[in-house]
Amino acid sequence: MIKNRLGNLSYQLAALLLAFGVVSLILLSVDASPSEAYKNIFKGSFGEMRKFAEVLVAFVPLLLVTAGLLVTFSSGLWNIGVEGQVVLGAIATTWVYRFYLDSDLPPTLIIILAIIGGMLGGAIWAALAGILKVFGGVNEIFGGLGLNFVATALTIYLIFGPWKRPGVASMSGTVPFPDEFSLPLWQNLRISPWALVIALIGIVFVYFLLQGTYFGLRLKAVGKNFRAAYLLGIPTWQYSMYSFLICGALAGAAGAMQVAAVYHRLIPSISSGYGYLGLMVAMLINYQALWAVPH
Amino acid sequence: MNVELKNINKHFGAVHANKGINLNIPTGTIQGILGENGAGKSTLMKILSGFIQPDPGSEIILDGKPVVIHSPADAIKYGIGMLHQDPLDFPPMKLLDNFLLGLSGGLFPNRKETAQDFNLLAREYGFSFDPESYVDSLTVGERQQLEIMRLLFLGARVFILDEPTTGISAGQKEKLFATLKKFPEQAMTVIFVSHKLEDVENLCDRVAVLRGGGLVGETKPPYVTSNLVEMMFGKAITLGARQPAEAGEVTISMKNVSLEDVRMKIKNVSLDIHAGEVIGLAGMEGSGQDLFIRACAGLMRTVGGRIHLQGQDLTGKSYHTFKHAGVNFLPAARLEEGLVLGLSLTDHFVLAEEPKGLFIDRAAGQKLAEDRIQSFNIRGKPDSTVESLSGGNQQRAELALLQTPLSLILLEHPTRGLDIESVIYIWSKLKGRCKTDGAAIVFISSDLEEVLQYSDRVLVFFNGMVSAPLDAGKTTVEELGQLIGGKGWADKGEAHD
Amino acid sequence: MSQETILIGLAGVLASASPLIFAVIGETLSERAGVINLSMNGTILLSAMGGFAVAYNTENIVLGFLAGMLIGALVALIVAFASITLQQSQVAVGFVLALTCRDLAYFLGNDYMGVPGPRLQAMPIPVLGDIPVLGPLFFRHDVITYISFIAIFFAWLWIFRTRPGLMLQGIGEKPAAAYIRGANVNLMRYVYTIVGGALIGLAGPAFSLAIRAGWMGTISGLDGFGWIALSITIFGGWNPVRGAFGAYLFAFLQWLGLVLQPVLTQVPSQVLQVAPFPLMILTLLLVNIGNAEWVERTLAAMPESARKIFAKMLRAMRTSPPAALGVPFERD
Repeated sequence: MIKNRLGNLSYQLAALLLAFGVVSLILLSVDASPSEAYKNIFKGSFGEMRKFAEVLVAFVPLLLVTAGLLVTFSSGLWNIGVEGQVVLGAIATTWVYRFYLDSDLPPTLIIILAIIGGMLGGAIWAALAGILKVFGGVNEIFGGLGLNFVATALTIYLIFGPWKRPGVASMSGTVPFPDEFSLPLWQNLRISPWALVIALIGIVFVYFLLQGTYFGLRLKAVGKNFRAAYLLGIPTWQYSMYSFLICGALAGAAGAMQVAAVYHRLIPSISSGYGYLGLMVAMLINYQALWAVPH
Repeated sequence: MNVELKNINKHFGAVHANKGINLNIPTGTIQGILGENGAGKSTLMKILSGFIQPDPGSEIILDGKPVVIHSPADAIKYGIGMLHQDPLDFPPMKLLDNFLLGLSGGLFPNRKETAQDFNLLAREYGFSFDPESYVDSLTVGERQQLEIMRLLFLGARVFILDEPTTGISAGQKEKLFATLKKFPEQAMTVIFVSHKLEDVENLCDRVAVLRGGGLVGETKPPYVTSNLVEMMFGKAITLGARQPAEAGEVTISMKNVSLEDVRMKIKNVSLDIHAGEVIGLAGMEGSGQDLFIRACAGLMRTVGGRIHLQGQDLTGKSYHTFKHAGVNFLPAARLEEGLVLGLSLTDHFVLAEEPKGLFIDRAAGQKLAEDRIQSFNIRGKPDSTVESLSGGNQQRAELALLQTPLSLILLEHPTRGLDIESVIYIWSKLKGRCKTDGAAIVFISSDLEEVLQYSDRVLVFFNGMVSAPLDAGKTTVEELGQLIGGKGWADKGEAHD
Repeated sequence: MSQETILIGLAGVLASASPLIFAVIGETLSERAGVINLSMNGTILLSAMGGFAVAYNTENIVLGFLAGMLIGALVALIVAFASITLQQSQVAVGFVLALTCRDLAYFLGNDYMGVPGPRLQAMPIPVLGDIPVLGPLFFRHDVITYISFIAIFFAWLWIFRTRPGLMLQGIGEKPAAAYIRGANVNLMRYVYTIVGGALIGLAGPAFSLAIRAGWMGTISGLDGFGWIALSITIFGGWNPVRGAFGAYLFAFLQWLGLVLQPVLTQVPSQVLQVAPFPLMILTLLLVNIGNAEWVERTLAAMPESARKIFAKMLRAMRTSPPAALGVPFERD
């Protein structure tokens, strides 16, 4: 056992070294100094409080997306459409904010509604990929990718069309929302403790879902052997749809955070690639919810 | 060709799979290799056919010359051809392409010439094939014949057949045996690997018995079955007498049921199955019995007629509705359809139970698993993954997953590939469920003896036709074999209604 | 629209489909052997950029094409090593490479953004090019388009008519059966994955040195193209001829979109730009829907005559992949 673990560890170390080697080569090929680059990465991440906060800004959507993907991976699905689900979450959040722009409702309530709206938006987009998969036999990789491109186009259409800034539409996005629509930030940093709490709730929720519940066990059975799970009496296609919906809702929450806590408006690259990055993270942690948070 | 195996040893890690086996097989004999599962037969044959290499010091001597066989392709160069249990052919290809594949020659094969060779060879051995038809339109038995032809064409002088009578009809078995019996005249050697005593006794000139990786004895005809059994298992085993059931209420009732898939149609079947009864389905693979059993499970929708389960109309309802009504289906492909690879025994037992609340009670799951493992005599631990179990133990685990209460058990090849001890155990458990739960059993088997031994009534399938139920106690293997092959239907009739 | 414009338009369709043809044939070869090269989208971008950069720096357009093929082959080598030797998930490896290669292309190609560079010239074939209708349609293209025509034919011939091609089918269908017939399964999988990768790598320069000459980074409009090619491979049922038909159909629809754009002024341009992707989903839907459980259930409930017609239609559209696609082969 221990020997095996050591073997695994040295394997992982070798992989890490290889990764550094490749990155260094690429940097050298464009005449950049690798050591300088690594130094900057480290400084940029942990150099001072403000920079560390920036890391957390990225950590929040990444954690939410990864949590969602752990659910779809457990059920054996490659939810590559997660990127589009983040985008739709952001669009839906923006839509809710615009809807209540001149209302008298308390801002806190509007923020909550906007986040719920974002989760619904992500879930609906995921449901599309799910329906294509379950009822149309379209592999979720292709369905998801197609929907990602459509989601990006939809963002640009909205920014340059119906939701454009008065006067000139531009790549800088829609008109920023008033300050009271923002999740409360930490002093003058860009990170909101509430966003961090929501992300942590997301990952803890997924951890317990997968580790301790009947739902999680059934989901795993579906992921490992769809046919046998069906014969064992598990309503398989429903479970596939549930996992799409859960992942979509979490990805939508990530999109909502991007709007409500970071950019305060809809911008063309609102998802910042966190969907794809989350896929990599979820693959790397080997589908084990426990390891998603570094400790 | 004379095949001599000298001091064959093979270790897989700590497992000593072949223990110094010495066996001489003279030219022109049909050599039987008998043994239960795990006796080392497959390992020995894989060594001879080049799939795996024996430990150093082992020797294979062909016609007096020591050889080292590196691969199956290498083996065929030496004249050793192997017929695998699942034919290693290409179902979506045309027969001709399947035949051509692997033959040496120029870049562009001459299809016309090869088709001529193909037809010539088929005629010589009395097979009838259309080279332009597709492999997946053939039965398993025909695919075996196709493989035999291919090996003959490649110049095989030694034929290894691995459990070839599994999954083929009685008629095809006869034909296979007739073909094989011609081989010794042409100085060819046949090695027939099986755990079926009857087949070995009927076909082989001599028999070697393996047990626990070692050779325990060799005999020649006349064979004494009880001696062979004792050599195989190290003790005597008997099947016991048939136990007819006392039929109770009607469990499942079919009225004018019609079924249809891409290949086949079954029309207007009417049948009542009673509680406690065992119905055996016999027929060549793909004669319609698979459609029938899937319709009983709700896995296949009927295109006509009605199905009632204990008085409740379930026509057109889903598999899960059937399952809630107490119908359980155990498919033939255990690892593909029956069990979930990567999940433990405990996981399986927990999954098969109705969820109690949201969270899984781990301690209760562990307890449940320990109980089931004990009462079903499974060699494994609660946290063993199902793929780490042997075939027999996987089958027992599947039985342990049967729900309670139970009204109908549907089984596809419940004992395929299992040794006789496991077979007896599994049937005793199944019959037990009939008694305790009043469940009925419907099962498919290609083993006619098994069908007659354990059924009360038998349905024979031929090309979508379904026979009237036969009384298993009054039917012989020969009669059943005839019906399966499509003979004698006039007087048995497709009698329904 | 005059007959002449239509003819030139259709000739343009044939030419503009050439990168798709290479990509689809490359992927078909790889998948026929049982290896999914999911990196395609990134590979095409990287080879488009790399091919352009090499041709620009060496002022040699042939070297540019070769560089593209080399890049494709190298990426395919990584796919092959990870999936065949290390037996990792082909989907995971391919997907990571698809993303990495794309970002690498944008990162490394920064210096070449919008730089005017070499471009392959048309090479009308004498005599043949003068035939009315057929001449302008088929024989007034550049070399790479001619090669794409030939590639379709040779790929078909190789897979379905030659001995090694037959073995290729076998390796993807049931590797164990191919192995007992003497095939070195894993070696052949390496070979076909790398050759297929080289063809996929040819698709990049076919853009950046011919059809849409130059490198425009993220706004080249190439992103997503590889995914389209992958779905056309599925639509083509792993047959180069049917795949090529899909590629031409796709190019034709794109051309139709361009032609119709002035007419459909209300349709926002973003909608037309992403139209290929819903189209991709739709084709996959048509190809796959016959496998869905509810379809089977609906069919069973239909009257017999209607059932027959629908079942036949679904079967005609359906394609099924090589049985061992994505499954590692072990000798035992």
